[in-house]
Amino acid sequence: MAEATVKKHGPDLSAAVKDALLSGLIALGLFGPLVGLRTEQNIRNELVVQGRWGLLASVIAVIIVGRFLLLTLVWPAMAARKERVTPAEAPSPVRQTLSRWFAPASLIFLFLYPAIVVSLLGFQGSLKWVDNFGIQILIYVMLGWGLNIVVGLAGLLDLGYVAFYAVGAYSYALLSTHFGFSFWILLPMAGIFAALWGIMLGFPVLRLRGDYLAIVTLAFGEIIRLVLINWRDLTNGSSGISSIPKITLFGIKFDASPTGFAKMMDLPVSSAYYKIFLYYLILLLALLTAFVTIRLRKLPVGRAWEALREDEIACRSLGINTTNTKLTAFALGAMFAGFAGSFFAARQGFVSPESFTFMESAIIVAIVVLGGMGSMVGVALAAVAMIGGTELLRELAFLKTIFGDNFNPDQFRMLIFGLAMVGIMIWKPRGFVSSRQPTIFLAEKKAIAGTLVKEGHG
Amino acid sequence: MDVFLQQLINGITLGSIYGLIAIGYTMVFGIIGMVNFAHGDVFMTSAFIALIFLLVLTTVLGISSMILALILVMVIAMVLTSLMSWAIERIAYRPLRGSFRLAPLISAIGMSIVLSNFVQVAQGPRNKPIPPILSGGIEVMNTNNFAVTISYKQILIWVVTAVLLAGFWYLVQKTSLGRAQRACEQDRKMAALLGVNVDRTISLTFVMGAALAAVAGTLFLSYYGVVNFSDGFVPGVKAFTAAVLGGIGSLPGAVIGGLLIGLIETFWSGYFSIDYKDVAAFSILAIVLIFMPQGLLGRPEVEKV
Repeated sequence: MAEATVKKHGPDLSAAVKDALLSGLIALGLFGPLVGLRTEQNIRNELVVQGRWGLLASVIAVIIVGRFLLLTLVWPAMAARKERVTPAEAPSPVRQTLSRWFAPASLIFLFLYPAIVVSLLGFQGSLKWVDNFGIQILIYVMLGWGLNIVVGLAGLLDLGYVAFYAVGAYSYALLSTHFGFSFWILLPMAGIFAALWGIMLGFPVLRLRGDYLAIVTLAFGEIIRLVLINWRDLTNGSSGISSIPKITLFGIKFDASPTGFAKMMDLPVSSAYYKIFLYYLILLLALLTAFVTIRLRKLPVGRAWEALREDEIACRSLGINTTNTKLTAFALGAMFAGFAGSFFAARQGFVSPESFTFMESAIIVAIVVLGGMGSMVGVALAAVAMIGGTELLRELAFLKTIFGDNFNPDQFRMLIFGLAMVGIMIWKPRGFVSSRQPTIFLAEKKAIAGTLVKEGHG
Repeated sequence: MDVFLQQLINGITLGSIYGLIAIGYTMVFGIIGMVNFAHGDVFMTSAFIALIFLLVLTTVLGISSMILALILVMVIAMVLTSLMSWAIERIAYRPLRGSFRLAPLISAIGMSIVLSNFVQVAQGPRNKPIPPILSGGIEVMNTNNFAVTISYKQILIWVVTAVLLAGFWYLVQKTSLGRAQRACEQDRKMAALLGVNVDRTISLTFVMGAALAAVAGTLFLSYYGVVNFSDGFVPGVKAFTAAVLGGIGSLPGAVIGGLLIGLIETFWSGYFSIDYKDVAAFSILAIVLIFMPQGLLGRPEVEKV
């Protein structure tokens, strides 16, 4: 391909044109049938094909122009930059200071976030921003941090993490609707149940390594989902469990009743209080996850996890019980998923197996890996970017004025998510925050670049 | 006995389709040690390509011979799916070769999301039914008003699978491409030193896997008569189960594993519970990986320091 010549002599225009046209030809083969011909059912329920040549032509034109720009502008610029910066270098002092202050600053922002939104948009206007963005993102931050213990610290790729989330959600849904237990009793119980499931599933599979472990956890995740769908007596099948009780604050309900929160505080009735309460609750739960993880990294078991991630064979020869070490990581990660699951069930008021598909697991794994495995700040950033970014797509109503009324940006949500996953992997395989903060150091605490860390065979 | 025979026939048919997909998994895993997670969605996309060209050939161009149309559709689907798989390997996997362990797997999961959502956006989320093709069949035996039949579609699937597998076996065992592939599988660095173009060989591996997946996609479409954008995941996982069961990296293993998974699935649905048939497949995957990770015909994994 033309890359090699570009690096040496600068952009070679005729080669770039040829290459771009060739890409256009390939794109014609790739997108021709699937974009150019759409199958639709007519009135007699027969499939007919309709040509969409205009759309096809614009897709191919975009690819040709994009490839041409890549060859002539982007890649030479990147190659020039690469020559200036030597790889595997530790982050510069400025960036280190920045990253030191980033976490406390964002923490303060998170605590003030509902107040800022309410003061800007009023109680009604704030609902969407607190609920769809704040709570939604924080649930994924918490799940990401929980999975970070398993994937980021212990180096075990778990593609069935959503199963424990489901266990937590269904524990709360079933026990609260059938026995009327309160959220505050069921929250720890959901965590314990999920952890027990983690141990039960983890015990047989944890001697597997790498990709095999990933696939078995995927299988377990799917089995749990399929059981939830088919065990109709207990779980009500795919129609799910509805009218799950809400969370109360020391017995105070968030409703319009005389004993409700609004009446007691002499405030106008609004559903925003409950959302803000939920926001702070999930924020505290997420911070609990972070706190436990940070503390555990400094304990022997945390160090054993990270050692295990780097080199399992060395761990075994040093006498670390690998099964127990892996099992604790698995169970702890599952426990936090259980907490998040019971919160999810209480927040939605409804659970169904639809919420626990493999796609959810893939999203959580993507957040952990894209954030830079093991980095708490990176995982949080990835959750904000991936979940917040795709939520934002729902808001892009102005695109309808450009592309017409049939254009629905929401349907591109997962497509863009997938493209971002691939793109970030190619651009930064180590994730957003690829430097590592060692927990044990000589004289001076210093972050090291992720490329210096060898990821073992897990 | 009659139910048994009918389920056996159905199971072999389903198993042939799984076997064809499983070869793509097993070859890619054998040569670069990566679970090509997007392979199930490549299969689904190929079924859509087949659907579109089947409609174009029969309704727009007016080809009346169904066999001719199917053969043409199969060839077109093979070519386009191979191109797609080549492009995917080039864009999403090749830059990550030599990167850290989980990177290609994550990229493949991303690609799988991209493919299924791309098809959903481009072709719509509804089921796509086609008019029945090649209806009818041969009645094998008839006891107590239960007729055991082999439909013409099933015969077509058996014949196509058998012919393709024979051709494929020849390609891998007897040609220089197959030799290069097996060399890369054993030791990529050494193969490169001896003048094998490793990148090209890996690309061709993806292309061959995709071509077989395209055949499976066309057969799947003609057998079930309906396809949906979400049809990639479960057949993909089952085919991967087949590859693991047969011993990942082993080509005959993939076919035998595919047949076994197809048989287990149909017998499970026939005799136990159709609701839990996917649970059965996933459980087999877990059990095989835990107790017999080398599979039926695979080599035991050697732990290297």
